[in-house]
Amino acid sequence: MQTAEETLDEILKLAAAHFKVPLEKLHPDNDFFKTLGIDSLQTLDLLTKLENHFRVEIPDYELQGVSDFRTLAGKIQARL
Amino acid sequence: MLDLQKYSCLGAALRDALDRFSGETCLIEADREREKTRLTYSDFKDVSLPLARALEDADFDPGDRAAILMTNQSKWLISAYAIFYCGGVLVPLDYKLTAPEQLQLLAHSNAKVLVVEYHLWRAIMQAPEFQNIKTKLVLVTEAPVRADLAGGFRWEDFKRKGAPDFVMRQREDAACIVYSSGTGGRPKGCVLTHENYLEQCRALTAWYPFWPGVRYLSILPTNHAIDFMVGFIGPFVCGACVVHLRTLRPEFVRDAFVRYRITYVALVPMIVKNLERGLRAKFDELPSWKRALLNRTIAINRLLTRKQPRIGLSRALLPQVHRAFGGELLALITGGAFMEPSTMQFFYDLGIPVVNGYGLTEAGTALTLNDLKPFRADTVGKPLPGVELRVLSPNEEGIGEVAARSKTVMSHYLDDAELTLETIVDGWLLTGDLGRFDNSGHLQLFGRKKNMIVTEGGKNIYPEDIETVFDGLPVKEYCVFAANYVWRQKELGQEMLVLVLRLDQNQKFDSALLAELVKRNRQLPDFKRLGGYLVWEKDFPRTASMKIKRLALAEEIRKSIERSAVVAL
Repeated sequence: MQTAEETLDEILKLAAAHFKVPLEKLHPDNDFFKTLGIDSLQTLDLLTKLENHFRVEIPDYELQGVSDFRTLAGKIQARL
Repeated sequence: MLDLQKYSCLGAALRDALDRFSGETCLIEADREREKTRLTYSDFKDVSLPLARALEDADFDPGDRAAILMTNQSKWLISAYAIFYCGGVLVPLDYKLTAPEQLQLLAHSNAKVLVVEYHLWRAIMQAPEFQNIKTKLVLVTEAPVRADLAGGFRWEDFKRKGAPDFVMRQREDAACIVYSSGTGGRPKGCVLTHENYLEQCRALTAWYPFWPGVRYLSILPTNHAIDFMVGFIGPFVCGACVVHLRTLRPEFVRDAFVRYRITYVALVPMIVKNLERGLRAKFDELPSWKRALLNRTIAINRLLTRKQPRIGLSRALLPQVHRAFGGELLALITGGAFMEPSTMQFFYDLGIPVVNGYGLTEAGTALTLNDLKPFRADTVGKPLPGVELRVLSPNEEGIGEVAARSKTVMSHYLDDAELTLETIVDGWLLTGDLGRFDNSGHLQLFGRKKNMIVTEGGKNIYPEDIETVFDGLPVKEYCVFAANYVWRQKELGQEMLVLVLRLDQNQKFDSALLAELVKRNRQLPDFKRLGGYLVWEKDFPRTASMKIKRLALAEEIRKSIERSAVVAL
């Protein structure tokens, strides 16, 4: 199984590709609403992409209050 | 639909609806692509009455309060009906609040019963304030086997055989206590009566009727005034069907339109804009000749529907667009926050009317609504039947505070006579919103008199409610403002919260303070966060009891600092 750091790296790459921003602009502790200038629905769009990639399913309520990539990676890692 | 004039309470109207439309489908619940529940009105009755009986047996008496803390799902409506059946008062709580905030409102409402989803209950049990909880009976839905419920009961098992006694309430009795804000210390619990809801429902369905076969997609939280009315009471008294979706993922929302051939949906502006973005991206992918053809068809549709919507014609002209929305969509209903006219126009030009309205929790659901005769993107519509509106102390442009008088206006704020007296004056509800009427009787809004913001997601945020997060910040003093309260605008939109900081003598605004600000800000739910901050060079004006004179401070700031000086956080 991949490590938490590997999961985090993959998430950053996928987010950069999804929102068409340079990877170096994204950091694990970034508030993604602010860094990417997105609203909560656009975040949900990204999450659907991540779920498909990692083949996991996370209920919406588990993501309430999550706003940085590291915490998000933790939620995904817990289900891998 | 039922003749609501004949009813004295919601429970009686709903009870008759369950019998009258017994064979019709009333609820569909889906989680992503999986359908979990499908109930007829008769099924709904069969599952809700054993719950009502169990509540009665647990000494839940007429007039007692019961809170519901759930995402949108069938058990929300089943529980609400059981509560009304017993003559109870419903307290719909916002599942997006933090657990301490939910506990605070639960305590303020003095609810005897709480119906709560397991994941929310788990968060509540972990909050330090949980040890003070006074709610006597907690019913937890969807709890895993062997989960520790801390004395709560499984909702699914909480039922009793035998017919419960129906309790009739009077029109002036409280039906719901709905919190419009106040988690920061002064809860605003709007006490809404059965008359408020029955009259609101009559007014709304007079303009936008439901009927058996109509399918309403419930996306806005059911604790929100709009969904409670158009996603529960309205459809039920007309025999229509409510579709619940357990996820807000745009992909599944789009899929639900098609899968369930949705007729109406109410959305906050943020979701409508998301749909617009999706459609525009699809249009941009078209080859140039197809795009040119589409643009021409849209222009023709706009021309042919300028006086009124012609849904059949629009569906024929733009079949792919309408198929993407299920082919039976009659309108998108929007409210709860400022909606950009360009977005409304975008959908109207595609033949999908956006019904824009205006309301506030204190006035039930809606005070005004666009009647689409013709479509107007620049107003919030006309007063609904039975609603009187007037503009107080208008300026030379006719703009002043909007006041409302209607049978839909709340009875009072729970346990706050002083605030009630300030808000309802001589029978008129002072909305705090600034507006004027145009020549055709449409209301146009021009900003707010009160220090608050309404997010694109339809959330009212009062600065006082979030200030506690910054307690102990190493500065001399601080205060949060709605930017549009300080720098008055003649339009809604661009709303944000701004933290005004007064530093200690010789203190510099350094990176450590910025880091602390960012950290505190992130403790707030994303929709409540500050948009920026400002360093102010003078002491705040204060009253004799040392309260900040917010209006005076806002005026001082406005005179000496431009809005552009706010530093984004």
